[in-house]
Amino acid sequence: MTTTLDLATTELREVNTTLQAAAKGKANEDFELTNPRGAHAVAVGLDGPISVTINGSTGYYCAGMNKEATITVKGSTGPGVAENMMSGVVTIEGDASQYAGATGHGGLLNIKGNASSRCGISMKGIDIVVHGNIGHMCAFMAQKGNLVVLGDAGDALGDSLYEARLFVRGSVKSLGADCVEKELRPEHIEILKDLLEKAGADAKPEEFKRYGSSRKLYNFNIDHAGEY
Amino acid sequence: MEKTPHTPPRDSYTFSNAANAEIRRAAATGIYDIRGGGTKRHLPHFDDLLFLGASMSRYPLEGYREKCDTSVTLGTRFAKKPIELKIPVTIAGMSFGALSGPAKEALGRGATMAGTSTTTGDGGMTEEERGHSEKLVYQYLPSRYGMNPDDLRRADAIEIVVGQGAKPGGGGMLLGQKITERVAGMRDLPVGIDQRSACRHPDWTGPDDLEIKILELREITNWEKPIYIKVGGARPYYDTALAVKAGADVVVLDGMQGGTAATQDVFIEHVGQPILACIRPAVQALQDLGMHRKVQLVVSGGIRNGADMAKALALGADAVSIGTAALIAIGEQDPKWGAEYAALGTTADAYDDWHEGKDPAGITTQDPELMKRVNPVEAARMLRNYLNVMTLECQTIARACGHNHVHNLEPEDLCALTMEAAAMAQIPLAGTNWYPGKPGF
Amino acid sequence: MCGIVGLFLKKDELRPQLGDMLTDMLITMTERGPDSAGIAIYGDETDGMVKITVQSDTPAEAFADLDAAVCAVVDAPVTIKVVDTHAVLTLPEAKAKEAIAVLEDKGLRIMGSGASMEIYKEVGLPKDVAARFGLRAMGGSHGIGHTRMATESAVTTMGAHPFSTADDQCLVHNGSLSNHNQMRRTLAKKGVFTRSENDTEVGAAYISSRIADGATLGEALEGTIEDLDGFFTFVTGTKNGFGVVRDPIACKPAIMAETEDYVAFASEYRAFADLPGIDNARVWEPEPATVYFWER
Repeated sequence: MTTTLDLATTELREVNTTLQAAAKGKANEDFELTNPRGAHAVAVGLDGPISVTINGSTGYYCAGMNKEATITVKGSTGPGVAENMMSGVVTIEGDASQYAGATGHGGLLNIKGNASSRCGISMKGIDIVVHGNIGHMCAFMAQKGNLVVLGDAGDALGDSLYEARLFVRGSVKSLGADCVEKELRPEHIEILKDLLEKAGADAKPEEFKRYGSSRKLYNFNIDHAGEY
Repeated sequence: MEKTPHTPPRDSYTFSNAANAEIRRAAATGIYDIRGGGTKRHLPHFDDLLFLGASMSRYPLEGYREKCDTSVTLGTRFAKKPIELKIPVTIAGMSFGALSGPAKEALGRGATMAGTSTTTGDGGMTEEERGHSEKLVYQYLPSRYGMNPDDLRRADAIEIVVGQGAKPGGGGMLLGQKITERVAGMRDLPVGIDQRSACRHPDWTGPDDLEIKILELREITNWEKPIYIKVGGARPYYDTALAVKAGADVVVLDGMQGGTAATQDVFIEHVGQPILACIRPAVQALQDLGMHRKVQLVVSGGIRNGADMAKALALGADAVSIGTAALIAIGEQDPKWGAEYAALGTTADAYDDWHEGKDPAGITTQDPELMKRVNPVEAARMLRNYLNVMTLECQTIARACGHNHVHNLEPEDLCALTMEAAAMAQIPLAGTNWYPGKPGF
Repeated sequence: MCGIVGLFLKKDELRPQLGDMLTDMLITMTERGPDSAGIAIYGDETDGMVKITVQSDTPAEAFADLDAAVCAVVDAPVTIKVVDTHAVLTLPEAKAKEAIAVLEDKGLRIMGSGASMEIYKEVGLPKDVAARFGLRAMGGSHGIGHTRMATESAVTTMGAHPFSTADDQCLVHNGSLSNHNQMRRTLAKKGVFTRSENDTEVGAAYISSRIADGATLGEALEGTIEDLDGFFTFVTGTKNGFGVVRDPIACKPAIMAETEDYVAFASEYRAFADLPGIDNARVWEPEPATVYFWER
């Protein structure tokens, strides 16, 4: 059964309360949201295996802190989509603005279009697949998880990176401090294969290059002071 | 035989022993000095203000008999569940990681016994802390270490940290020595690395974006939790006004005396304003917006006793917050560890290498042996005692000024001892009705 | 800290709807800037004539017979259109300097001047500001609007955006400049003066001064990336076009939409929700340190 909630006639508070209650009840319900018209904080804080489809574009922090829920945006999203996501799947059919998946701890963020700057900033275990291109400063201080980009990456990819893995199929405009290209080993092919399949991406793992931390900034060293 | 008179050795004031030692240290190591604690320089402070007391024109209240209330409610603007405290002094945010588990537990237990709240820090919420704190404020920091919606919901309030007094404009630091397996696990970091926290939040910049971030946090927590915004003492008028405009329930203002787990000494000593200079502009901003007492103001940075507390309240704050003082109350820098502090090349009172994780008192450390020195139950009792003393002292002063609630203390109850304090706090110099910058002079 | 909207029409038949479209966009940005709001609208122009927009807190007295008073001094035909606290005086271009001197002498605040540009800005909520000026009914080729959450300078009419520092040029800004005081002094040495303490006005004056020195608008905007410090998204209008630039860090939000009919700019997508054909528009975010410019 699908319940439709119209954001043009229903207050955001009521929409989120309804979704949060359904998720908490682990009801496996389906919801459809109409007329988001760029509204902020839509479908945030869900904690349970419900499915939400948003027909249109959203504003800031759509699907923020998601747990277990499957959220699909049939449109584009504003800054900070799926920020601090814990688990579940968030799919964006259009483009994502800056900070997509910021500080995410888990789950899959699947962006069918492009993501702009700071995608995966400070990510802590989330998997992000971007079918298009990504902007500058993506995966800044990224700690854990995988960022897969089928298109090109902008400037300063992976600056001050920790242990997150970055896979880019296209070109990389520039690498950030301490980020280097690394060998694509069989275990990485496996990770990629799995993520590409989950994301429904038409690409071969072997086409990607892997980037990661050279770990030179892990402990202060005066000879690398210029990179701080 | 007469000796030719010689000029005795004369030390340079500019190139003092300390300045020269720092030059040599920098030359030898190539890295700026990193340390914990707060500023050590002399600053105009609450000591430079005095209460007038009541005599003929005002009547004092009887100590112990006539009521002098100390309760305060934080978060009355938008939150469905404001925080009610018995005393207007809270425990400031300090991270698990910077502090040991037993120290965090002691703070939680002690604050709860005294009827007030404690605060998490950069590094997430621990069971020690949640379990032993009746009221726990969950810090929302740029790093978002350990951030998750479950802890957000089991917090009693959310404090969005924009800055702190020790380093307005800077991020946190936790050096490799303290990133143990448990700390690293909570922060999703490799063990033993230097953790450098960001200075800006990863997904918003500026008050216009912050307003939307606050909306998201309220939507996730059913509009129940008070949202605090913590800023370092930088531009207190604008920062307070913008926090209010962004939708804060409470503004936490931390002067430059506020401590820190670890940052550059140059930051601690040279960035930010003393809390004495911050309170009046912040209160002015609240008054200009018609929000004084509606959006509560909590101030911190060098609060040590009930007199400091009473003076902060008289200048217009709703509550104060303590960090360093709370640590000392539970045993930090105790002279009984003097020999061990000496072995580290320092003294108990001067110890500030909180970032090295070797604290003999077992508080600013992750060393399993050292942290055993903190007995959370005993330490909690000491914190409770100390908070009670502070409160009694504050009440004593409020009664002496004729007030039945500590919040009725007002700037007119004060005089200033120095021109600096008079100017910064806009309190008349003792014996005059004038302060520097007073309109009409 | 603020909300910005901008709309540049590619087709003349849409001109009557410009004010209506911009007003909805502006009101959507209220939360980003509840302190004041303003709009620069590029409307009708008459060959050889200049429009001077002035503001007064006591419009009834200040604007009474103002056209006659200016006419008497500049010795040329002057017409006046009073819109709430603002008035637009139209007079021969050659007499503009003289007229501005007279108006300033009378204590009126000069909002801006130009062949086609009119500027309306006041303290208050965007919807109230829009209503008092009747923004919905205004037509034109392009316009820029701004809602302000004041950071360091005062909440006043003069502190509201847009800022105009040269004929038909205006600028709005989201962010906070960190070297505006130094730049203000540098510009003052060159004889370029600002009227407020606002950081954005310095940005506007910088661009005008570069253009006065012979730079194109594109070059002047390029210059902001090098010479202005801090966080900024600028949207600027000229008689024939409008441009966008973001600082290299590019933290402040910015989104653009383009169809066959228009180019639109906003701080948030919400502002686009009512635009015709938005579902099929090309929507993208301007790159950092990159100048975008449209001209008629």
